[in-house]
Amino acid sequence: MAQWDLTGKTALVTGASRGIGRAIAIALAEAGADVAVNYAGSEAAAAETAKAIVALGRRAILVQANVGKAAEFDAMVQTTLESFGKLDILVNNAGITRDNLIMRMKEEEFDAVIETNLKGVFNGIKAVTRPMMKQRAGRIINISSVVGVLGNAGQANYVAAKAGVIGLTKSAARELSSRGITVNAVAPGFIETDMTDKLSPELREGMLKDIPLGRMGKPEEIASAVLYLASDAAAYMTGQTIHVDGGMYM
Amino acid sequence: MSDVYDRVKRIVVERLGVEEAEVTNEANFKDDLGADSLDVVELVMELEDEFDLEISDEDAEKITTVGEVVNYIQSHA
Repeated sequence: MAQWDLTGKTALVTGASRGIGRAIAIALAEAGADVAVNYAGSEAAAAETAKAIVALGRRAILVQANVGKAAEFDAMVQTTLESFGKLDILVNNAGITRDNLIMRMKEEEFDAVIETNLKGVFNGIKAVTRPMMKQRAGRIINISSVVGVLGNAGQANYVAAKAGVIGLTKSAARELSSRGITVNAVAPGFIETDMTDKLSPELREGMLKDIPLGRMGKPEEIASAVLYLASDAAAYMTGQTIHVDGGMYM
Repeated sequence: MSDVYDRVKRIVVERLGVEEAEVTNEANFKDDLGADSLDVVELVMELEDEFDLEISDEDAEKITTVGEVVNYIQSHA
């Protein structure tokens, strides 16, 4: 599958210390890319991801940054460019949750999720635009969520951010298409990660009923969609959202 | 003076694919040289590299003609 080969490419994956982000970072490295592993607070976990990448014979660097802060994202992209010499692929994956019913949700809970999950994606796109425009090539892949299209009680902030990511993806795709940069999104369903481990057993049971394929997804099953979008195989695709959710949204 | 002008002219010709004769002092990037807004952003990026200076977004938005670019570079380089 030469079309899926990423040898000689470099990538930056945000929120790559655990879960879906880690699986994405490792999948890109398996396909041949060098990877900058971003984390906000979990340095030890991020180091584990980097170790796995190095074990695959690829270069990895650790880059700490709160993606919600534009200056920190800019500095992280600079560090990546200095280490790798170029940046071909950006995966905006970092995300947090602060679940609550709307009537109980505090303003800070709403703002925190929007800042990381939506503004963080904007900051990322903006930070890589200049180097990617100069290269006349680039791949930006944003992680949305099935709840961004379906809605979810108790997650108004998260849903608003994830729906926003889909619109942001389309606008960026239109702005950057003439420069050889594609921008797409992947919308995972319920995936086995630390984030979904926190859900109550009743909630999990309820969710399984709504998944046609009858099980939760694995981080690697999201990573393979991201790998596709990062590779030459997806050269003719931009502004799209791939739904990888066991059939929840169709 | 002429040095800056020549270097700007060369970059504009390369980037926008226009004839040298079209790149006059008065030429407007969008109206006369057919640049779209992204072309202008790219042009600014290239000029920053060429002349080793930073053109702020606020200043970049005010620059509309070749002559304005040359003046800007001469007063900031």
